[in-house]
Amino acid sequence: MLKITDLKKSYGKGEPVLKGLNLTTDERRLTAIIGSSGAGKSTLLRCINRLVPANSGKIELDGVNILDLHGQQLQHTRRQIGMIFQAYNLVDRLTVMENVLAGRLGYVGMLRGILRRFPQEDVDRAYALLQRVGLSQYVNKRCDTLSGGERQRVGCARALMQNPRILLADEPTASLDPKTSERIMELIAGITDELDLPVLINLHNVPQATTYADRILGLRHGVMIFDGNPGDLTEDWLEKIYAGYEDDLKKQMRVAPQEQDDE
Amino acid sequence: MSESPDHYIWRRPHFIETPYIRYGLLALALIYLVFALSTVRINPQRVMAGIPRAISMFSGAFPPDFQARGSLIISGFIESIQMTLIATAAGVLLSIPIGFMAAKNVVIKPVYVVGRLIVVVMRSLHPVVLAVIFVSAVGFGAFAGILTLVLYTIGFVGKLLAEAIEEIKYGQVEGIRSTGAGYLPVLSYAVFPQILPRLIGLSIYQLDINLRASAIVGIVGAGGIGGTLNTAFGRYDYATASAILLVMIGIILVTEGISGRLRRFTK
Amino acid sequence: MNDNTNSVSPSLLAGDHFDWVRYSRKQRLARSFGYVAAAVLLYWALSTVDIFWPWVRTAPAQLGDMMFRMFPPSLEKLNPILYALVESINIAVLGTIVAVVLALPVAYLGAQTVTPNRVTLWLARVIIVATRSVDTIIWALIFVAILGPGPLAGILAVAFRSIGFLGKLIAEAIEEIDWGPVEAMQAAGASRAHIVTYAIVPQVVPSFWAITILRWDINIRESTVLGLVGAGGIGLIFQGAIDTFKWNTVSLVLIVIVMVVFAGELVTGIVRRKLL
Ligand SMILES: Nc1ncnc2c1ncn2[C@@H]1O[C@H](COP(=O)(O)OP(=O)(O)O)[C@@H](O)[C@H]1O
Ligand SMILES: [Mg+2]
Repeated sequence: MLKITDLKKSYGKGEPVLKGLNLTTDERRLTAIIGSSGAGKSTLLRCINRLVPANSGKIELDGVNILDLHGQQLQHTRRQIGMIFQAYNLVDRLTVMENVLAGRLGYVGMLRGILRRFPQEDVDRAYALLQRVGLSQYVNKRCDTLSGGERQRVGCARALMQNPRILLADEPTASLDPKTSERIMELIAGITDELDLPVLINLHNVPQATTYADRILGLRHGVMIFDGNPGDLTEDWLEKIYAGYEDDLKKQMRVAPQEQDDE
Repeated sequence: MSESPDHYIWRRPHFIETPYIRYGLLALALIYLVFALSTVRINPQRVMAGIPRAISMFSGAFPPDFQARGSLIISGFIESIQMTLIATAAGVLLSIPIGFMAAKNVVIKPVYVVGRLIVVVMRSLHPVVLAVIFVSAVGFGAFAGILTLVLYTIGFVGKLLAEAIEEIKYGQVEGIRSTGAGYLPVLSYAVFPQILPRLIGLSIYQLDINLRASAIVGIVGAGGIGGTLNTAFGRYDYATASAILLVMIGIILVTEGISGRLRRFTK
Repeated sequence: MNDNTNSVSPSLLAGDHFDWVRYSRKQRLARSFGYVAAAVLLYWALSTVDIFWPWVRTAPAQLGDMMFRMFPPSLEKLNPILYALVESINIAVLGTIVAVVLALPVAYLGAQTVTPNRVTLWLARVIIVATRSVDTIIWALIFVAILGPGPLAGILAVAFRSIGFLGKLIAEAIEEIDWGPVEAMQAAGASRAHIVTYAIVPQVVPSFWAITILRWDINIRESTVLGLVGAGGIGLIFQGAIDTFKWNTVSLVLIVIVMVVFAGELVTGIVRRKLL
């Protein structure tokens, strides 16, 4: 469905961040991308929905090369790709409902969007999603009054509101405390399972990746050096993926789910 | 927010929830607007006549003529600069005692009230109003302009200085006072050093503000480039007027840049 | 106690010689240069300025005399004064409204992060600089010359001066927003209009009100002088009273101006606390 071929990306005149990346999503649903910070994980996701322009290569969604699109075509493709952000990226001063409905902006006309006159089925769906993520009592609360975990739930609902073909998530739990982080991972894994929605998720937490993912990709300096099942991710591989960033790895291993409950 | 069995009804919450107050305020605002517009007696004929006038004005203004009244323009700007320098120096000096008077934490209540009153009155009066008064009291020319700018400076620097004094760290005052120092030594050792950087910054900023003000007090005869500009308008000499405006914009941009840099430097 | 206690540091008492200086050499040089430059400039200004010094000597007496004649303020012209005052306030309000309407697109184009291209950015910057650097009363001169005397010229003068002020500050507010929500809207496939209404406007609203109220407050003060060049409001009565030497009326006008500006500041303070 999503097929990336020889993707190259560098920022300005700097070192290339992605050095000819290939990736095809398959029947396995939740794909976790791990790698040290600076490996290019965020860049990869942001190239897919064109938040940053790639230099060369192909990114095909159902056979359409995203890198060739402009204007409305690009908007139409973007609305098929949901995204969850590390910093939630909600509009603080809008209500929960408005933030969730914003996920429909790629579908509604200009005036409807501006006047908040969304079709009834969108409102129904938004409410159902809010119930699913456990926030239906906060419909008209402003987002700046929510906690981090609640905000990320709104972020998930907004991304799913797009009715996407694929979901991207860029370290969705990195700004949360360990317990909340676990809850959010459960939510994302659970809800995408119900919807049978493929997910591409950057994780900084290796135990979480092996727990929730069906497939793991190891990114190192812009090159994919590991692609396999969670069970195949041996110590050896981890050392290779994180070579030179052992501290990074240790820190991440420490946030293992079991240890959280007594904190 | 009611929930019917199969639909969820959502409407964006209003900024003011009570409909009475919401529509009441809206109605009041509308009534005021209609009233305000009705006091603007627009004479359509006169406005229509303005279009050709504007055209002739702008075609007169381009190209700007720096030459014809070149020496008047130069002497006008020089006078503006002189007025600015003198008035800023005098005004800042006077602002120091008045700033102290207007600071709650260093003087007794009656003095504070007087200081505050001076600052509030000075700030409320537009420099052009002050200039009109001074021109009729001491005659046309730069002197009236300088007096105007001095008061204008007191209003600004005095107020901001008073705020700076009210924000000083009290521990330092106690430290000096505990050495047995009297009122004035406490002011000069514990209070003044804390506000000096702010005072210098304010003075530089005020130089900038006063230069702008010096350009307009001349319109009512208080010296500087404003007089030259007013004369140019009076004579329908728009080429000179546009030249003056361009120089004015240039000078303001340059001094804004310099004063911004100086203030960053003194911080 | 050993006998060292009293003389912990002999140098404190007898003293090795110690050069105490407050600032580094470079700082002191810069400082001295600043002071000397200021003194020289001031000397130049004082010695060359075109002032008729005998008038300066008689000035205190003149001013005192005038103050004396201002008392007591006369209520004779109270009604026309209040009427003109309302006109001044109306000019300030309407001028601010017009300015806001015109300044919003300028701010959008003038904000580096959202402006469509270089040309629009520079266009906005030129508008901002030109309107901001020309004082309200000079704009009034221009509009009176075009439209003839009256409050309409005053409204436009207030509006034009405010466009640059509002445009600059709102553009800065736009540049400071959190970019995350904008990216989120882009990622959802939203159009430019939707990105503006969902991600930019809500974030700019608080600064927008603060800036607009600040300018409205300033405009109340500015509108009191427009009458001096024929652009409506209380300035006209003020000028008339000065020209006819009605000092008791002049003082009443001044009192009224001070009171209304003060009231404006109060309202501004209250609204700011309520809104933000
Ligand atoms: N907007 C940007 N401009 C310039 N360099 C960037 C930008 N974003 C990321 N980079 C650089 O690209 C590299 C990869 O970053 P990123 O994709 O964020 O890595 P990761 O998400 O794996 O931590 C880093 O070296 C980072 O400094
Ligand atoms: Mg990242």
